[in-house]
Amino acid sequence: MTPEELDEIATIERETTHQFQHRVSVCVGTGCHSAHSEEVKTALEKEVSRQGLENWCQVKGVGCRGLCASGPMVEVDTAARLYQGVTPEDAVEIVETLDTGSVPRLECPTDLPFFTRQTKIVLEHAGRIDPERIEDYIVMGGYTALLKTLTEMTPAEVIEQITTSGLRGRGGGGYPTGLKWRTVAIAAGTQKYIICNGDEGDPGAFMDRSILESDPHRILEGMAIAAYAVGADEGYVYVRAEYPLAIKRLRAAIIQAERNGLLGKNIFGTPFSFHVEIRLGAGAFVCGEETALIASIEGRRGTPRPRPPYPAEFGLWGCPTLINNVETIANIVPIVRNGGAWFAEIGTENSKGTKVFALTGRVNHTGLIEVPMGITLREIVFDIGGGIPDGRKFKAVQTGGPSGGCIPEEYLDMTVDYASLAQVGSIMGSGGMIIMDETSNMVDVARYFMEFCMTESCGKCIPCRVGTVQMHELLCRIAAGQATPHDLELLEELCDLVKQTSLCGLGQSSPNPVLSTLRYFRNEYMDQLAAKPGE
Amino acid sequence: MSVPAGKKLKLPLPSDDRRWRLVGATMRRHGYRPSALIETLHTVQESFGYVDNDALRFVANGLHVPLSRAYGVATFYHFFSFKPPGKHTCAICLGTACYIKGGPDNLKALEEAFDVQAGETTADGQLSLLTARCLGACGLAPAAVFDGEMVGRLDRMEIQQRVERLLNDDARRT
Repeated sequence: MTPEELDEIATIERETTHQFQHRVSVCVGTGCHSAHSEEVKTALEKEVSRQGLENWCQVKGVGCRGLCASGPMVEVDTAARLYQGVTPEDAVEIVETLDTGSVPRLECPTDLPFFTRQTKIVLEHAGRIDPERIEDYIVMGGYTALLKTLTEMTPAEVIEQITTSGLRGRGGGGYPTGLKWRTVAIAAGTQKYIICNGDEGDPGAFMDRSILESDPHRILEGMAIAAYAVGADEGYVYVRAEYPLAIKRLRAAIIQAERNGLLGKNIFGTPFSFHVEIRLGAGAFVCGEETALIASIEGRRGTPRPRPPYPAEFGLWGCPTLINNVETIANIVPIVRNGGAWFAEIGTENSKGTKVFALTGRVNHTGLIEVPMGITLREIVFDIGGGIPDGRKFKAVQTGGPSGGCIPEEYLDMTVDYASLAQVGSIMGSGGMIIMDETSNMVDVARYFMEFCMTESCGKCIPCRVGTVQMHELLCRIAAGQATPHDLELLEELCDLVKQTSLCGLGQSSPNPVLSTLRYFRNEYMDQLAAKPGE
Repeated sequence: MSVPAGKKLKLPLPSDDRRWRLVGATMRRHGYRPSALIETLHTVQESFGYVDNDALRFVANGLHVPLSRAYGVATFYHFFSFKPPGKHTCAICLGTACYIKGGPDNLKALEEAFDVQAGETTADGQLSLLTARCLGACGLAPAAVFDGEMVGRLDRMEIQQRVERLLNDDARRT
């Protein structure tokens, strides 16, 4: 592939698209796919060809539009009209009204705060391009950031841009990405690896899944740029086996990129070569931890090991290895394209850019959202999320999955950034945001997460292996109304012990859901004790 | 004795079952490297629906991995099962979003209606009832997967009817 050829693909694709009078985009992302949007797409295609309109109207599948609860979503002519809850039977009407108007009963207002209050960087292509066609990605400027990197920038310059951007790891830790890249770049050794962590294990989170399913080439391009910057020539994408659609689209994307010379040997005629392989997770939450993930790629049990040495110096097969989360990698292309300074203008002092959240639970508009850092929780829940259904009252928002905490109403006006969330006893985490209303029992929520950590504990270190079982036992006793005040004391003591002494993040953060619910909803624990203090 | 990748003698297959060739092909594609253990177990799980002792021996042998390690890895990861699945499967999502929207209720309904515990198969081998950590369909919570087909916004009634339909479709055909 030469720069001219890349340009030509984009030109041809643009001209082809312009030949059509109308474009009907059917969401084939996570949620809509489950709501049978493929059948809607087939019905629309059939109807278009039945009326002999193939050269007049284009039907295409596009990535996630975010409003998963209203799927399947169909968009006509780039946001001119948006339809929700479409069935295959609606195809005739949609095609017939293309020129004349719309189908009012299916219309979804596009001026909802759900759409207008978002800032899309990571998801800029989601809902606009066909994730299964590389041409669609290229026409949006795809792979030009890689071209720019390879032909105009030195690895040090790339790292400098990432550092300037202030981007921090989106997998939960929030470690500065530029610093991580620099550590790998200066690490000794000729063989280096890069790993994209797509082992999205938090229950209630599907950001990475959606990115991989909506825009797989974005990940491949980002990985290639990262590989060039740190001096790696081999990369792995570690994806959960529970995400078959993401795996399928990523596989297809790798093959397309290889065929077009955008992955492989001497990319764009430069000395830079880069190969990507997919590795499937096998259902172990702990594999989201980087040393466990490396063990899993090496074909072993996914148990973490003590750090240091960090993977940046001693990673996959003992070589320096860069591990970044899917969403982190998805931010690389726009940063290289627009410059680190552009990115640093978005967000807050210490948290730059945007964050993708999976907004779920007891909220009206469930789905996937991307918001600038610094937005308040209230805006997310009540404006974008449309508030709580059935006239119920908001109680808490849970962030960070089993490692995070529950944030009560009094902090709804707090801004969303790494520091603020940590201050109230939760974490940014990977981006699950579960809204709970007055019907949720907080002791049960804590018990739920503890059961999760107990089941997922790898068993390597004793505090986590034994501690989670004991904490779960105590929470069950409390929930069953059989606990004494002494049990509650014991629980708090154990929380502290497990937090301080566990080997990896899973154990260290497993008490967080208990600690945060104890902090804000202690009365619920007290109410469920069999004997009250002093009795 | 180590054999250079690519020049490896053909591995004897455990039986004539054509599915073993798929498993062999995965190992060959990875040059019979021990690191291909999990990838190969995925092929076994996908082809046979579960991992049994024959499969473990075959894979351990092919990749030059001690049988104990192959067993250790296979049992560590939840994705691999050691019992043949029922004719039909229903996997109920118990991720956080599904949990607070009634997933456990749906599970209980099926356990009672079909006399089967989560993670088990009915005595007649017709239905396996499974639970999932999170299917990533949180926007459609509570969700479940019926024989590979994902359905969202389920309640006790509907989930029961859907499973009955799965089982009855067979009865009608035979």
